[in-house]
Amino acid sequence: MIMGIDLQVILFYLFSAVLVGAALAVISSRNPVYSALFLVLTFFTAAALWILLQVEFLAVVLVVVYVGAVMVLFLFVVMMLDINLVPLKEGFVRYMWIGIPVALIMAFELLAVMWAKGRFGTDQFPVPADRAADYSNTRAVGEWLYTQFLLPFEVAGLILLVAMVAAIALTVRQRKDVKTQKPSRQVRVKRDERVRLVKMKSEAPASKGGN
Amino acid sequence: MDIKTILLLVPLLPLFGAAVSGLLRNQVGRAGAHWVTILAVAGSCLLSFWVLYLQMYEGLETLNYSVYTWMVVEGVTFEVGFLVDHLTSLMMCVVTFVSLMVHIYTIGYMHDDPGYQRFFSYINLFTFAMLMLVMANNFMQLFFGWEAVGLVSYLLIGFWFKKDTAIFANMKAFLVNRVGDFGFLLGIAAVLMTFGSLDYATVFTAAPDAAGETISVIGGMEWGLLTFICVCLFIGAMGKSAQAPLHVWLPDSMEGPTPISALIHAATMVTAGIFMVARMSPLFELSDAALSFVMLIGAFTAFFMGLIGIVQNDIKRVVAYSTLSQLGYMTVALGVSAYSAAIFHLMTHAFFKALLFLGAGSVIIAMHHQQDMRYMGGLRKYMPVTWITAWLGTLALVGFPFFAGFYSKDAIIEVVHLSERFGAGVTYWLVVAGVFVTAMYSFRLLYLTFHGKEKFEVVEGADPHAHLPDGQLAHKPHESPLVVTIPLILLAIPSVVIGWLTIEPVLFGGWLSDAIYVAEGNDVVAALGEHFHGATAMAIHGVQTVPFWLMLAGFAVATLVWRFRPGIAATTKARLPGLYSLLDHKYYFDEFNQKVFANGAVRLGQGLWKKADAGFIDGILVNGSAKLVGRVAALVRRWQTGFLYDYAFSMIIGLIAILGVWVVLR
Amino acid sequence: MLTSLSLAHYLTLGAILMCISMAGIFLNRKNVLILLMCIELQLLAVNMNFVAFSRYLDNLDGQVFVFFILTVAAAEAAIGLAILVVLFRNRRTINVAELDDLKG
Repeated sequence: MIMGIDLQVILFYLFSAVLVGAALAVISSRNPVYSALFLVLTFFTAAALWILLQVEFLAVVLVVVYVGAVMVLFLFVVMMLDINLVPLKEGFVRYMWIGIPVALIMAFELLAVMWAKGRFGTDQFPVPADRAADYSNTRAVGEWLYTQFLLPFEVAGLILLVAMVAAIALTVRQRKDVKTQKPSRQVRVKRDERVRLVKMKSEAPASKGGN
Repeated sequence: MDIKTILLLVPLLPLFGAAVSGLLRNQVGRAGAHWVTILAVAGSCLLSFWVLYLQMYEGLETLNYSVYTWMVVEGVTFEVGFLVDHLTSLMMCVVTFVSLMVHIYTIGYMHDDPGYQRFFSYINLFTFAMLMLVMANNFMQLFFGWEAVGLVSYLLIGFWFKKDTAIFANMKAFLVNRVGDFGFLLGIAAVLMTFGSLDYATVFTAAPDAAGETISVIGGMEWGLLTFICVCLFIGAMGKSAQAPLHVWLPDSMEGPTPISALIHAATMVTAGIFMVARMSPLFELSDAALSFVMLIGAFTAFFMGLIGIVQNDIKRVVAYSTLSQLGYMTVALGVSAYSAAIFHLMTHAFFKALLFLGAGSVIIAMHHQQDMRYMGGLRKYMPVTWITAWLGTLALVGFPFFAGFYSKDAIIEVVHLSERFGAGVTYWLVVAGVFVTAMYSFRLLYLTFHGKEKFEVVEGADPHAHLPDGQLAHKPHESPLVVTIPLILLAIPSVVIGWLTIEPVLFGGWLSDAIYVAEGNDVVAALGEHFHGATAMAIHGVQTVPFWLMLAGFAVATLVWRFRPGIAATTKARLPGLYSLLDHKYYFDEFNQKVFANGAVRLGQGLWKKADAGFIDGILVNGSAKLVGRVAALVRRWQTGFLYDYAFSMIIGLIAILGVWVVLR
Repeated sequence: MLTSLSLAHYLTLGAILMCISMAGIFLNRKNVLILLMCIELQLLAVNMNFVAFSRYLDNLDGQVFVFFILTVAAAEAAIGLAILVVLFRNRRTINVAELDDLKG
């Protein structure tokens, strides 16, 4: 408690400020590399907020999967592609006059729904008690996931597999100037393609009345 | 054999014959086709007579049972069932007997026709359908038989389908019958609506309870429910039994082969309407208005259609108008509640009219399909059998005492005289005058055909198969072969004696009382029966009555005009051009129908096609909506820039709008 | 507001994050890379809400959902970047303004 304010609240506001700032930076940076890096920051702060909510497992997953894999993939693509950045930023200012009012209207509406009549205040949703010291969020989620949500979990795995196959199938490239083996062609080959039987006139015996 | 098996075999044998001769016509060949069909009808005929015998002498009770239940929908049962009472067995015998005669006759008449097997198949099918009609115990089966005989009639009128007039005639028959059948179907629907059942017995039992109810018809008029039902049903009968004004198809149906004219358009199918009304007597008895309507329509038909017969030159058409007139007599009998008299006349008429038609057919064979009586004459010495049987048939038709027609027609005239129904007075005068007219056209036909000078010449050496000009023949006419004359003789016998033999049981002996219901005050037949002292006495008494003398007068006039003084006819024609052309044009019914209904329908169709279909539906609805979509799409596609951010922008705007609604509402 | 952290605090943070990324989509409309990053930001905003709700409702379902969203987001990022690479290889640009093949 600092000056009658809960530390959690202070942390929440702190992380929220960072989160919003980072998000704003994501959408306003001139260079996509910076955007990606700010996105990493956004996810980090989000993970921190989730830990504040005592949702540790997902916070870690967010960092590992998103920051570790997806964001790296983004960065990788951004850097790999040789993009001319100038035309992509065209009209940024011009569209600001539409985009920002729209976003503000939307924010106003969302907040109006949320705050009106104290719908989501502490009266309706009391602040949850802290977890016990031996409580394992990972264990709880795991138990829930592998019992109640087993089939969706399997399906999710399948979706990942399909996504992997699709990504590879989309990007794989057959280069013509490289010598490769084609196993399928090799297996399907037929005799006629390899051996050519030539019919020839039989040679006449050298002498007829030899014996 | 079990009686139910017998009854099942009666209609199924002809159906089997029709299937064999029709579907396997190339396998069975010509002889096979006529043998199988004739044997089928002969078997059916024998079994019918056996049933009649059982009823007469073994006391067979009325049978009413279901053979097969087709379906049950909301409590309404649709089934095939037989109701075999005395009326049914009488009709079965008449139908199968005449049908058998016609089958035999056809061997001779259709000898050279390429559609030989097809013809036999059709008439066998007709026999089946007619039997189903008369044996029905419910309205659905009645309607099935009704439509099936109509179908076969249509097929047979257009049997020579390369002949334009035949095609026109069968289309006409078909369309006119549709008008009648529409009424009939409405009647059946009204029955189903009122009684919730299609079964005869159920409906007839419930009918008296419905007597007081009314129904609101077009224009908000309140009709008696039963009157409405009966009039609708009778409209069906008007179509099938060719009562004015739905009679126009019957004369044209003579385009079909003559055996058909005898079987379908004289003896059996056209009497289906008469049979139906007789069968429905428990309904009709409850509505005096409907019966008056029936009677007046019949009277009109009986007299005025007979008049046309006097001026016709086509031998078959004369007989056809005679049929119309006689059907009118039957209808009159129905109208005065003398159902048994109608059925009695139906039976005698079936024999002598089939005989007359077959006789006319025999003449037509001899004249090489020349049907115009102005090119005949003097045929009696060439074809004596035809001549004598034609005379016998004519005497039966005009109602000469002791002949079959005398008993039935005289009975009808007498019951009309006794009836006190509204309109009976006019009807009486019309039917009595009809006797005179009947005698005139009947004897005219005989004189022009068999007597007088020969109005044809024999051209020696002409090709017998070539089509010669009117009045020329390749060789002398000769008597028809045995297969033609034997049916004539076999039909001539009942034409002469059936009336004398059966008047007592059928009319006065209560033979039909198990099938026909007559209300207390309406029973004119019973009133007539009080004066009945045997068939012979009736014939002798008949000599003293007005109809007999009118018949003689008709005979005398016909003899004078067409036998001895041919000039009179021409002079009369010249003096009364208006009357002549009125009759010659058959009261302009055809012209009226053609102008108003046929051309009207064509014009309406063209109007609908051009304005409604091409203009409105095609122009505005189909092409218009397509054009509208095209225009709208051309406008909307400008919004589709193809840029990702524009789509994202739209989505965000939509999201904001939805959120805005949320904020305002919550 | 300052004494304790209510659910509304976290939701507000998520909302602000969402609006920022929305603005980012507007402003960087021509750069596909930044667009992808903005989408990641949006997912983060959603995840933030899920986690907050999960904690305040004491219900683990929210965290499991976040787990799945992370999975799918990873797959989406991989495929999205692969498409980007292919796009750049074929067109030598990632400028959205030049990508209007959707318009027929």
